[in-house]
Amino acid sequence: MLSLPSNLHIQMEINIIDALKASQQLILEKWMDNQVGLQSFNGDLISNQEIEEQSAELLTILLKTLNENNLEDLGSSEYDEVIECLSEISVSRAKLGFSPKETGGFISGLRTAIMDVLEAKLSEDLAALYAASKKINNLFDSFSIVTFETFIHGREEVISRQTDEISEISTPVIQVWDGILALPIIGTLDSARTQIVMENLLEAIVETSSSIAILDISGVPAVDSLVAQHLMKTVAATRLMGAECVISGIRPEIAQTIVHLGIDLSNIITKASLAHALKFSFQTLKLEVKRQTPRVI
Amino acid sequence: MEKIPILRMGPFLLVTIQVDLYDRLALNLESDLIEAISKSGAKGVLIDISVVSIVDSFMGRIIGNIASMSKILDAETVVVGMQPAVAITLIELGLPLTGVHTALNVERGMNLLRSKVNLSDYDAEQEEADTDDYSDN
Repeated sequence: MLSLPSNLHIQMEINIIDALKASQQLILEKWMDNQVGLQSFNGDLISNQEIEEQSAELLTILLKTLNENNLEDLGSSEYDEVIECLSEISVSRAKLGFSPKETGGFISGLRTAIMDVLEAKLSEDLAALYAASKKINNLFDSFSIVTFETFIHGREEVISRQTDEISEISTPVIQVWDGILALPIIGTLDSARTQIVMENLLEAIVETSSSIAILDISGVPAVDSLVAQHLMKTVAATRLMGAECVISGIRPEIAQTIVHLGIDLSNIITKASLAHALKFSFQTLKLEVKRQTPRVI
Repeated sequence: MEKIPILRMGPFLLVTIQVDLYDRLALNLESDLIEAISKSGAKGVLIDISVVSIVDSFMGRIIGNIASMSKILDAETVVVGMQPAVAITLIELGLPLTGVHTALNVERGMNLLRSKVNLSDYDAEQEEADTDDYSDN
């Protein structure tokens, strides 16, 4: 192949794309090699075959979309399909627990493969090679950004789902005795959780017609004025329902914080531990727990 | 015009609210109830709101008012059967109804009233009232 004059660049670009399309299989092979070779690849998360399927799909869509007009126009809507496919792969990898490095390597592997092929084809015309590589690089930079954005988005989805799950499983209402409910709170109390706690507690009070509820906060890491206000709201709502609310499990450092913050808990019944609260509940309900006296025969 | 019945049961007055209270009805209830307390010399008022599903700040205030007025007339007020949603709403509105006794259901409400009210006082007054009635006849 002779070196081409620079005014024939348009002609050349068609050649680049045609050349890439012609060597699709070669690119795919190189890409797979890159992925398996370069990444600290974790075979547990996804099988080689699956990766190959994903890669082939993305490559097919990309080569189908590429033409001389949109190679430079990165915002073109013709790339929508490519970006959608890329986002899907990226989100699925985020959910599978891939590291950002591995996900980034996925798309940069394709760039390397394409560049290798182009280098082989255009080894005699350095100017054309430079022009082509510049465009390819720009294109893949925008793909990388999409990959990262969707990867992080996928991770955030995982995190928000976990948060929901935690708040759901961490507010159980336990009936410890006939007429006595216990509600161990674990984790930070924010407005949303207080709402859930309050609703669950009040529903349970109606359901079991309990007259005492014990709110155990030994699992709450810190109490500030907002959390204290939430607690007081819950106690007041319980009182409105016609039940008594006891707060137990206040750790010494939390007691210190509460007093230093100037929060007045004097109209709330507080007990040191769940056991004390239970004892108080028994007294209120006029119940008595006795050790069995050995029967004399 | 709708009216909420006020039932007399021994030393206590019983009010069950079975419709959604609108402002006019609530105001009427307030005046009727206070009238009834002063007339009958009741020692306790039990208000059952177990079917009330909607409250606003006005309703909350009316209940608070009834409790304070009854207190002045020497009668205790117990509100029973409040629904969870209603309780949460009142708290969010900043109306914890201090001064109002609460109970889960009517039975417990009656027990609470009996424990709050010294019934021997009432019996004496009641007999007096009864004899008064007889003397009128």
